[in-house]
This record gives sequence, structure tokens and C-alpha cells, in this order.
Amino acid sequence: MSDETQLAVIGGGPGGYAAAFLAADLGMKVALVDPEANPGGVCLYRGCIPSKALLHVAKLIEESRQAANWGVKFSDPKIDVEKLRGWKEGVVTKLTGGLGQLAKQRSVRYLRGTASFVNSNTVSVKTASGEEKLEFRHAILATGSRPATIPGVPAGNGNVLDSTSALELASVPKTMLVVGGGYIGLELGTVYAALGSKVSVVEMTDGLIPGCDRDLVAVLAKRLEKIFDSIMLKTKVVEMKETDKGLRVKFEGEGGPQNAQTYEKVLIAVGRKPNSDVPGLENTRVITNSRGFIQVNAQRQTADSSIYAIGDVAGEPMLAHKASHEGRTAVEAASGRNVAFEPRAIPAVIFTDPEIAWAGLTETEARGQNRPIHVAKFPWGASGRALTLDRTDGLTKLIIDPETEQVLGMGIVGAGAGELIAEGVLAIEMAALASDLELTIHPHPTLSETVMQAAEVFSGTATDFYRPRRK
Amino acid sequence: MATEFRLPALGENIKAGDLIKIMVSAGDSVTEDQPVLELETDKATIEVPSPVSGKVKEVFVKDGDKIKVGQLIFVVDGEGERNGGKRAEAAQSAVAVPSAKPEPTPAAAVPPAPASAVPAPVSAAVRMPEPSPVPGPVPAAPSVRRIAREMGVDISLVPGTGPAGRISADDVKRYSEESARAPASAALAPAVLPDFSRWGAIDRQPMTQIRRKTAERMAQAWANVPQVTQHDRADITRLEEIRKQYGARAEKAGGKLTVTAIAVKVAAAALKVFPQFAASIDMARSEIVHKKYVHIGVAVDTDRGLLVPVIRDVDRKNIMEISSELSRLAEKARSKKLSLEEMEGGVFTITNLGGIGGTYFSPIVNFPEVAILGMSRSRIEPVYASGQLEPRLMLPLSLSYDHRLIDGADAVRFLRWVAEALEQPFLLSLEG
Repeated sequence: MSDETQLAVIGGGPGGYAAAFLAADLGMKVALVDPEANPGGVCLYRGCIPSKALLHVAKLIEESRQAANWGVKFSDPKIDVEKLRGWKEGVVTKLTGGLGQLAKQRSVRYLRGTASFVNSNTVSVKTASGEEKLEFRHAILATGSRPATIPGVPAGNGNVLDSTSALELASVPKTMLVVGGGYIGLELGTVYAALGSKVSVVEMTDGLIPGCDRDLVAVLAKRLEKIFDSIMLKTKVVEMKETDKGLRVKFEGEGGPQNAQTYEKVLIAVGRKPNSDVPGLENTRVITNSRGFIQVNAQRQTADSSIYAIGDVAGEPMLAHKASHEGRTAVEAASGRNVAFEPRAIPAVIFTDPEIAWAGLTETEARGQNRPIHVAKFPWGASGRALTLDRTDGLTKLIIDPETEQVLGMGIVGAGAGELIAEGVLAIEMAALASDLELTIHPHPTLSETVMQAAEVFSGTATDFYRPRRK
Repeated sequence: MATEFRLPALGENIKAGDLIKIMVSAGDSVTEDQPVLELETDKATIEVPSPVSGKVKEVFVKDGDKIKVGQLIFVVDGEGERNGGKRAEAAQSAVAVPSAKPEPTPAAAVPPAPASAVPAPVSAAVRMPEPSPVPGPVPAAPSVRRIAREMGVDISLVPGTGPAGRISADDVKRYSEESARAPASAALAPAVLPDFSRWGAIDRQPMTQIRRKTAERMAQAWANVPQVTQHDRADITRLEEIRKQYGARAEKAGGKLTVTAIAVKVAAAALKVFPQFAASIDMARSEIVHKKYVHIGVAVDTDRGLLVPVIRDVDRKNIMEISSELSRLAEKARSKKLSLEEMEGGVFTITNLGGIGGTYFSPIVNFPEVAILGMSRSRIEPVYASGQLEPRLMLPLSLSYDHRLIDGADAVRFLRWVAEALEQPFLLSLEG
């Protein structure tokens, strides 16, 4: 038993490798199993990282056009798709290669292959060189998620994309339909629109980004209406047919056209599904719930006490930063420490332009819970920094407990919202009061001031924005 | 319609009090919640509000009276609307919501009246904040929440000293120390002692560290573990012969081949057959913790008190090894050299009082373990076997167990297995 693996991590995404690395740092003997050449998972190979690289380019293209307003005129950009793809892939290779190095330096045994469970303490790992039985004291399931599909989509058609194939950037189509108005569809739609595609978005519910506060979405929607060809709300795709020109799509609902439309490519972005169909899981006591997530307790321990589950496969929200924190909690729990995954706030960021970011309690949730809150908003029109950037399309708001004046939530829409939200997360975690944000000196002129200014709005003493004092 | 107002239940153990002041007289109108009398009990002075509204018709008590719970105070004419039930409920929920954080309850606080036959609200002395409909998050930083969890403190109970009740690491530590000094459970609160010097000379000595720890551990085990003791006897005539035969060999190896050492090995074997006797029960998480290691504690009597050194991985050691390790640990215990680590991690405990005497006793389970085996003095008894009375050496055994986890039938089976293993030492190598 002395050379037994103390921790086997199945899945090398941001949750899995964070867990494996911490366990190694704590002195455990660790094996990390993933089918890719290096750790990274969806986030690095097919998600967060490549999409952000492309969104950065999209933003540059947009700004070069906007520069005309400031008296600087650029000619239309010439886009070398191959070079762009190469640059994006370079970013991915650099990051994942770095993780491979880190795994080596920490003596984490990286097994490139797939795992199936033999029992609660053994997995069988299939690699290029054969099959190996791996006994472990603890295992962490970090198998992530994959794009969900919708019925009626022609199978195996190269013109039907999911987030993975869209990020491969095989070509820039003339027309593209994005099915699903959530963050993945809007981010990728933004990329293709900037590169020159005519992008249409179809969303089943009555608004983009379901679940997000409407005042934040409204600011983004206004901009998206300009860059997208059309946004069809309360509309469903009822039929999709292959033609030589692409895909002929029929709609049903308030926002859709009567006649079928033809799109060169269709991107399906209707959400993600947990990869809980791990082979051999039935040989353990792990339980999966009706939505396909693996059931875990506060320590991220499954119903099988030697097995933990983290990240997308263990429940919403499916976010890399949630996974990595869960991974660390699971490792600490497995090492015998009394810990729990109990964040007050998990930030969410949508990397469109403008970005939307929020953390903690949202107005929508508070209303659903019938919970009294005070909302303090600072519109970016009153921010000097936003004016200098010509980006007054923004809003910073605080959700405050009227009784204790504790900051319960923050929501931001605007350029760079994703960077600004971190202050809100810290405020919520530290149980900061609105006055703490107000009394903290923020640098001028920056967008971060809007956080302080929203707190000033709460107390009714905002320097740059007039609002009558609260009683 | 006339309504009677009788003295409501004011809390546990308050049955009566001296009336300092009655604040109404006949003809006055009272409204619900208006304080109407001031009462001194042996716990505190409290104001009692009226549960009813109306005009006072007649008052039946006067200042200085000793009044009892349930005694008629006054009669009100009029609506006599009682809203007590609802109020009492509100008061209770205010107590139940931790985020409502009342000031650290002063002695004057009176627990809310149970929703009983006397539906009156109690005590205006402590104002309970209205509970908010959804309790907010406990105001504490992540690092503070982590410290609390590691210290085993429920952070929702910690009074915060920062703005808006924010809890600091110091608040958690203070709370932990205070609750260690004053055990949370009323059952564990030190009983008030009489003044013994009234009956003769006394001498007070501070408790030694070991005595204090023992007292705490025993009280904790007693309060947490519903325990039952099962008795049995083992015929160790044959074992005794073997023990004598190999005693010298063990001594050469630096140990002493005692019945206790053999019993440690037998217990390890029994725990393999009955693993639940090595488990622990985690009520907080509704889980049973099964331990995949067999570390067994042995109670050692020292002149400073009781110590329990733990022998590691007994299942991987033979009786000779156990004998010498037990001798070594017992010696360390007596010479104060035992480290804390050497007393941790046990899954089961054995206590042998046979060296002193006695027949059977009820050992207390060494919480959070779930079972303890007690051994008493063996003696030769007449045993009816093979058609005749034979003198056999019988060892009395007492197994105390945590009845939450272990059922009586299993306890009997476990103890029988132990007894049989002692009777037929060969069983150890056969099944153990």
C-alpha cells in the first residue's frame, strides 16, 4: 500500500489541475488523468481562454471603427483568419504547456488517457501505451461539461457549430445564426460579427442572458442591436434543413420572421451538460441527480466517501473559478482539514462589449425571495473616465441590506466590468458596509471610482451625481 | 366580558416572585403590552406586560406580596383581547434566528414562555429584535469563517463586535474560550455547591490538568453517548497456561505477557469481524465514520490519574510486539513522558481493573469512540462442564457501547466473540 496513489484526479481542467497541484503541494502522491496532452480542460483548450483571445481582437476592430468619432480614421481592417487562428492557438499552447511543466515540477503523475471506475478505490486508466489499474485513497471527479444540443439539428453537418467548433475559427461565414441568447452565444456572436459575419441571435425567453438583472442587460442589448443583424426574442427554432447554401431555418414565435431564412452557419449555444456519465461510476456509491449533476456535500464529497466531485459536473454555476475553489476545498477536506465550500459570492462575467459582471445577490433574486433591499446605481454618464473612453454605456450598482447597510451584491455593465467586479466580491465576502466602499479612496480618474460613487449614491452624497438624500 | 390576568410562566424554574410594584389600579385602562407589574424573582427583576386591553375592574395583589405563577393579578373588563399566542411565537422565532443577534443575553433575560395554557408574553426587560424575513449572510470575512470552522465554532452564534455586527477572528476566539469555560449544555453547567465549611474544616486544592481533562472528557462522554454495558465471562484457564509458558520469552523481548496485551490483540481481531465497534458517529453530517486503521487505547493508572496511551496498527503486530509496546507506553505514562500524539487516534479502548480486584463494572465509552472493554479480576470458579463441576479460571468482561450506533444483539455477539477467542487462543490465528 506504500506506493498507493493518495489522490487520483479525473479531469485536468481548472478544477482538476488546481486540486492536483494543491494536493501535491500538501505532500500527497497525486495522479492526474486527462485525454489532452497537457492539463487545461475546456477552459484553456475550448472555452474561456481562446474565446477571450478572439474577443480581444473583436474589441480592437470595434474601437478602430469608433475612432472615426475622435478624428482618427483607419481603413477597413484586412483579416488574416489563418494568422489570427495561429495566434489564438499559440496562446492556448503556451498556457497548457506551462501547466504541463507545473505538473512535472510538482511530481504530479500526468496520465494522458481516460479513466473508468473499477470500485470505490480503483480506476482503470486507458492510455496510448495500454491499460493501468490505479488504486487510490481519494479521487476527485472533475470531468466538466460539454455543449448541450437541441433535437432536430442535422447531425454531422460541418455548418452546424457548437462552442468548440466555433472557436476553431475554420472560416468567417457571411451569415450566422446563433441559437441561444446566453453568454456563450453572445460572446461568440460578438467575435464573428466583428470579423465580418452578419449575425442573428434567436432566444426562447423574453430577454437576452436569462437570470441576469434586466437593467444590466438593457445596456448591452442596446449595443448588440447595432452589431447584430437581428435579435429574435421569444422565438424558437422549429426546423433546420441542409441546403447547398447552408442551413434553412424555420422559426416560431414573436420575434422570428414568417419565412424560413438561410444561414451559412448555425451556432448552437443552448447551454452545457455535465459529464457525469463517467464509465464505471455504477461500481461506486456516487449518486447523480435528475439534472445529471453529481451530488456532493459542503466538502464536495460524493455519496461515496472516498470520492469527491468538483466543477461543472458537481453543479451550477459552471464556472472555472468556482471549480478551482471547489478543487482546493475537496483536497483540504480529503487531507483531513475541517473546511467547507461556502462562498458568499461567485462572480459571473460576460465578456461581450460592454461586459456584464455580477456577484452575490442580484435584484432579480432578491425580488424572488421577497427580500427587502436597497439598490444604489451610478450611471457611467457621470464618470469622467467613462467619458474619456467614449464609453458612457455603463452602470454600476450595489445591492444593499437596508437594515445593516451590508453590501449583499454588485452588478456592473460597461467596458472592463469583469475587472471591476472583483472589488464587489471582496466587499461581499468581507461583509463590508456601503460606507466602507464610500470611505475607501479610489484612484481618479478610473472606472473603479464608480463603485465608490454607487456607495455615495446610497448615502445620498454623491459628488458627481445628484440624488436627493434618503430619509 | 371580564378577563382574568394571572401571572404567566416566566421561564424555566421561576415559580414565584416578590411583587415590587403593581402599576395599575382599579379603574385604569390598560393596553396590551403595557407593563403592569414589576416582579423580583430569584433570578432577576422583570417587568411583566399585560396580555390584554381593557379597563381594570379589580386588582387582587398589592406591593410586597409573594405571588406565584398562575395567581390571579387583576380582572379586566371589556374586549379583553388576547393576542398572546401569536406574540409568544414571534418572541420564540426571534430567538431562533441567529442573525437577529440579541445582545449577549444578560442574566435578566427570561426565556420566552412556552406556548402553554398561559398565553402571556413575557419580560419587557429584553427587547427581541424583529426577525428579518430572510436571514442575511453572517457578517464575517472568509478567513474568519475558516477559523471558526476549524475551531468547531458555529459562526452564526458568535456575537460580532464590529460595525453592523461584523465578526472578527478575535470575536470567534473569545466566544470559543467563553463557551469552553461555560459548557453550553445546561446539564453540564457546574452545580452550585453548598458551603461545606458550615459542617467542619475543609481544604481546597486546584484540580490537576489530568483531573480536569478527565472530568471534562467523562462529562462529555456521559452527556453525548447513550451507553449500555454488556457483561460476560471468559474461561481463561487454558490461556493462563499458555501465558505462563511463554511469559519468560516475552520478558526477554522486553515486554510482559499480560492478559491485557493478549486482550488488545483479541480486540483488534474482533474489530475486523465487527468493524462498527471501531467507527464513530457524526451527527452533524449524518454520517458514520469507518476507520480503516486499528489503533487501540489501554487505560493506565498513574499516580497523577488516568491516562490512555494508544497502540498503533495493532492488527499488524503480534502479541509479543504488543506486550513490549504496552510495557513501554505504560512506563512512559507513569514517568510523565507520554506525548499527546501517543494518546490520540484510538478507535477502541481497553481498561483492566483486574489487578486491583472487583467483579464487573460499567466503563464509560471513550468518546468519540463507540465501545470500551472493561476487564475485572479473574478467579477460579466451579464450572459445570462435561457432566461434572470443574475449577475453571473465569475472567469477567464488561463491554460498554454507544447505543446510537450499536445494537444490543451486536454487542452480545461482539463480547461472545472476544470471550471465545480468549477461551480458544487458536481462534485468533484461525479467524482473527
